[in-house]
Amino acid sequence: MTNSPARLTRADVEHVAKLARLALSEAEIDEFTEQLAGILEHAASVNALDTADVPPTSHPVPLFNVLRADVVRPSADRDEVLANAPESRDDRFVVPRILGEAP
Amino acid sequence: MKAVDIASDVRAGRVKARDVLEQHLSVIAERETDVHAFNLVMHDAARASADAVDAQVAAGEDPGPLAGVPIALKDNMCTRRVPTTCSSRILEGWRPPYDATVVTRLYEAGAVVVGKTNLDEFAMGSSTENSAFGATRNPLDLKRVPGGSSGGSAAAVAAGFAPLALGSDTGGSIRQPAALCGVVGMKPTYGTVSRYGLVAFASSLDQIGPFATDVRDAATLLDTIWGHDAYDSTSIPSGYPSLLGDLDGGVRGLRVGIVEELTDVEGIDAEVRAAVQRAADALVAAGATVDRVSVPSTMYGLDAYYLIAPAEASSNLARYDGVRYGMRGAGDDITTMNANTRNDGFGPEVKRRIMLGTYALSAGYYDAYYGQAQRVRTLIVRDFARAYEQFDVLLSPTSPTIAFEFGAKTTDPLSMYLSDVCTIPTNLAGHCAISVPYGVDSVHGMPIGVQVLGRELADALIFRVARALETSAS
Repeated sequence: MTNSPARLTRADVEHVAKLARLALSEAEIDEFTEQLAGILEHAASVNALDTADVPPTSHPVPLFNVLRADVVRPSADRDEVLANAPESRDDRFVVPRILGEAP
Repeated sequence: MKAVDIASDVRAGRVKARDVLEQHLSVIAERETDVHAFNLVMHDAARASADAVDAQVAAGEDPGPLAGVPIALKDNMCTRRVPTTCSSRILEGWRPPYDATVVTRLYEAGAVVVGKTNLDEFAMGSSTENSAFGATRNPLDLKRVPGGSSGGSAAAVAAGFAPLALGSDTGGSIRQPAALCGVVGMKPTYGTVSRYGLVAFASSLDQIGPFATDVRDAATLLDTIWGHDAYDSTSIPSGYPSLLGDLDGGVRGLRVGIVEELTDVEGIDAEVRAAVQRAADALVAAGATVDRVSVPSTMYGLDAYYLIAPAEASSNLARYDGVRYGMRGAGDDITTMNANTRNDGFGPEVKRRIMLGTYALSAGYYDAYYGQAQRVRTLIVRDFARAYEQFDVLLSPTSPTIAFEFGAKTTDPLSMYLSDVCTIPTNLAGHCAISVPYGVDSVHGMPIGVQVLGRELADALIFRVARALETSAS
């Protein structure tokens, strides 16, 4: 039987927001700390169950490695896909700089 | 108008698909301002579809089993070149480059897609109050919610905007709004309806299913859209029962179990509980045997779900990053841009669940939260299997309460989550379940839904039991 983890802190919320790429405001961090701590405490009731020899179920259907033949088939229309891009150039998606200093 | 009758009349040339459509568009014009079931009414596309169906009939061709039937689609199903928003700002204006498999199958069956319906953002919610484009109102009482997350689809059918609608159900999002709006709503066995083109929320739980005004129409709709799909690697290859073959077969000799942990608990309205008992009595009168059954782990279903579903959602929603489609926020570097896009584009409930899920999966907590929840899921599957050794189908409330008023549950997220306590276990087990309208409450006259649960691939059986209940209720 596992012990319940410690109560969620503000620092945890800031860290998770960074992992989840969410630029939360200070007010949102406060609000979420309280709400999430409450939800997690409730959800941690699952720790009361004895699951020592119980395997996890990740998926209800026993299907594995569903593959198809390695054959080229028509895919999405490139123009249609690029039409949705916030910014594109020469058949590529344009994004802000990823590494190092701006050019 | 029943879908089955419309299709039969259109195929026989007795009625024009275009006339059927125009009648429904008039109803929409009259009430949609009040109800707000739709994010988008597809007037032109629907008229073109209806005209095409009429042309086929005139040429002696058969348009298909849903010929000329108007249908509304939850706005988390991809319709090629037609805006699909998931009721989120982050996808406002996005036009999918492909159709969902269910959409393709509907077109091939001659159905006329009339519009995209409102939902809780990214299907996260139980009231449709979490839509970024305004709430949908319960057509039976505009001060009350239609339920969620498929509130728009449920309301569209209840208001007579279309005889059929599709929704998606991850923790009850078809069944609960069906109960609150007084229509039939069904979640098929996991893996029987293709998820290709359904915007993913929780991939091991999501399933598309039908809304209709009666059981026969709902079964007919499911029959059209379900079946193996090579584009969905979680699609069950075979073993599908015939849905329409024995719909009126009755319940003589069937063993029905009322699930104690979902019925005899605090938080379930007395009148809702009474409706379940009346339904049980009706089944006995029709020749079934009824008993109470304990499925103990279902008590932990809600808690396991609120660890599993957000965890899967946090992964599925990582793709909304402002790079390839959808909204893009400010930022001179990629990380800032991603973070602003997501913070500006997502509503509070979506952010809450992404945060919850990310935390439950993060290093140091994975096993205590997500891992443990997955083991509880196994216990639920086992408890159901044990129950199905002694019973053919199970019975419970669908929603603990009738439709609540706007704002009643928005201050405390947990109170909203409790709306799904009866529906969640079915999603965790991958089983099927259907909500059937069964009376109204004595104070407000609002509908009450009763839930029939079945094991995996028992879809035809639960439709049969639902049909028996429907017959007894009239």
